[in-house]
Amino acid sequence: MPEQLPADSVGLVEAERFHYGQPFKLCSGAVLPEFELACETYGQLRADRSNAILICHALSGNHHAAGYHSMADTKPGWWDNMIGPGKPIDTDHFHVVCPNNLGGCEGSSGPTSINPRTGQRYGPDFPLVTVPDWVASQALLADALGITRWAAVIGGSLGGMQALQWAIDLPDRIECAFVIAAAAYLSPQNIAFNEVARQAIRSDPDFHGGRYYEHGTTPKRGLMLARMLGHITYLSDDTLDQRFGRDLSHGHIRFGYDVEFEVESYLRHQGQSFVEHFDANSYLLMTRALDYFDPAAGGSLAQVLEQARARFHVLSFQSDWRFSPHRSHELVDALMEGGRKVSYVEVESTRGHDSFLTPIPQYHRVIRTVLQGIARNRR
Amino acid sequence: MTLRPDHARIAEWIRPGAHVLDLGCGDGALLAHLQTERQVTGYGLEIDPDNVVQCLQAGVQVIQYDLNAGLSAFRDHTFDYVIMTQTLQAVSYPHRLLDDMLRIGKEGIVTFPNLGHWRCRLRLLAGRIPGVRAVPQPWYSSTSIHPCTVRDFEELCQQNRLRILHRTTVDHSHRTRAGMNILPNLLGEIAIYRLQRNIS
Repeated sequence: MPEQLPADSVGLVEAERFHYGQPFKLCSGAVLPEFELACETYGQLRADRSNAILICHALSGNHHAAGYHSMADTKPGWWDNMIGPGKPIDTDHFHVVCPNNLGGCEGSSGPTSINPRTGQRYGPDFPLVTVPDWVASQALLADALGITRWAAVIGGSLGGMQALQWAIDLPDRIECAFVIAAAAYLSPQNIAFNEVARQAIRSDPDFHGGRYYEHGTTPKRGLMLARMLGHITYLSDDTLDQRFGRDLSHGHIRFGYDVEFEVESYLRHQGQSFVEHFDANSYLLMTRALDYFDPAAGGSLAQVLEQARARFHVLSFQSDWRFSPHRSHELVDALMEGGRKVSYVEVESTRGHDSFLTPIPQYHRVIRTVLQGIARNRR
Repeated sequence: MTLRPDHARIAEWIRPGAHVLDLGCGDGALLAHLQTERQVTGYGLEIDPDNVVQCLQAGVQVIQYDLNAGLSAFRDHTFDYVIMTQTLQAVSYPHRLLDDMLRIGKEGIVTFPNLGHWRCRLRLLAGRIPGVRAVPQPWYSSTSIHPCTVRDFEELCQQNRLRILHRTTVDHSHRTRAGMNILPNLLGEIAIYRLQRNIS
C-alpha cells in the first residue's frame, strides 16, 4: 500500500467503459448483439489526437496497466514500471489507452457477462473470439475516442500478436508496432501447453460443461493447475533455480506428497491467487485465441506483411523458451524479405518469458529511445 | 555528424534509392548518412547492445544479430549492396560471409585493416604481433581474429570467383597517399573494395 503515490506514477486511475450497442460479427460467424470494453487511459490526448498509444495485454492481463485504483492497493497496474510520467512509455508525451480484451473477465464483455438474449450469464455460450476480433473491437473503441491512427500499438506475448494483427488488418491506422516476446503463430509445443491447461479445467468435476455459475461452483482445481503449468513456461530454469533452488519448506524431508519444496509452495500460491480473480471460461477462450493466431494462415508471412505500413519494433528475450528469440527471427526475416521497416532487439535476460514485464535496463532503453523519436516528430 | 572518410568514399559508390544491408553497422552512422544523402532503404546488422540503441536513435533500422550465425535467412539478390566495414577480420568464417554477401547482394563493399602495411611488417620483424592501428587491442583480447593482407584478400576473391570492381587503400586518417595505388599492400593501412560475383 503506497503511503503516497510515487512521482513517476500515473496516480489514481479509474476504469472507463465503452459500450458498443450494435451487433458485432466475429471471425467464427457468431454475432455478439452488443459488447462492452473496460478501458483505462493515462496522459493527455493532444488536440490533433496524434499521440495515442494502444497497449494490448497478454493472456491473463487486463485494462489496469498502470497506477493505483485506491490508496489501499498493494500493487499498481501490471505494466506500471513501463508506463508513467518519465517512464519509457512516457505519459507526459503520450496518451495511453489500455482496454480489457473481449472475452475477458475483468470488465469487458465475456463469459461472466449477462447475455441480453437470455438474461443469464453467457458462460460457455460466449462465442470464441480471435485476435482479429480483438483488433476490430479495439478499432471501434479508437473510433469512439476519436483516434484515427495510433502513434504506436504495443504488446508483449499475446499482446504482441495483437500489435502484429493491427499492422496487417488496419495498416493506415498504426504508425508503429511493438511486437514483444511474441511469435507470428503458435508452435505445436505452444498449443500443447494450452491444451493441457484446458483439459485441466474441463476435467474438473466442478466445471459442469462451463455452466458452473449455475451450479454455484468454480473449477478451482482445474484453473489452478492450468495456471501452475502456464506459470512454469513463463519462467526460466535459471529463475526457478535462483529463487528457490532445492530449498525445503519445512527444513527437512517429510516423506509425503504435501508441499516439500519451496518451488511447489510458490506454484500453489500462484495458482490459488489466480483462481481468486480469473474466470475459467475466459481462460479457455484466451488460450484458444492464442492457438488460432496465424495471420499467414499457413501461407507466406512475408506476403501477408506486404500490406503492412507500420514501422515494426520486434523484441525478444534470451531465456524465453515459450516464445523464444528464434520465433521473433521468423517474423523479422519475413518483414525484411518484404522490405518492411523493422528493427529487432534481443534483450539479454535470464528471466524467461516474463522478462517482458520486468524493468530490464536495455529493454526499457530501447522502448524509450524509439518512443522519444516519435515524440520528437510530434513537436 | 562528420562522416568517417572510408564511409564518405563508400557513399560515393552507392546508387540513390538502393536497397542496402550493412553488416556490423556499428552506431549506424554510414546507414544514416546513406538514408539522407542517397535515399537508400535497408537494414544494419549489429551485435552490440549499445550500438543497437545508437542506431535506433539515428533512425536506422537495426537488427541485433550475430554475423557468425551466417546469412542463410536472406534470399539471393535481395539487396543492391551488402556493405561490411572493418568487420571481416572479426568474424569466424570470413570466406563464407564474403560468399554469402555476394549471394544476397548484387554488389559487395568490404573494408578491412591491411596487415601487409609496412608498419605491421616492421613490428613483426621486431618480434611483436602487429597491432593494426584501426584495431588497437592487445593480441589476447583482440576482436581481430582473422586479420589479412591486401594480397591474401585478393587471392580469396579469386578463389571464390569474385570480381574486384574497385580497390582503394587509405591511411589511418583515411587519406589516399602517393604510392598507395602502386604498392597498396605495403602502403595502404585500410583496404576498401567493391566486389561482384564473377558470372562467367
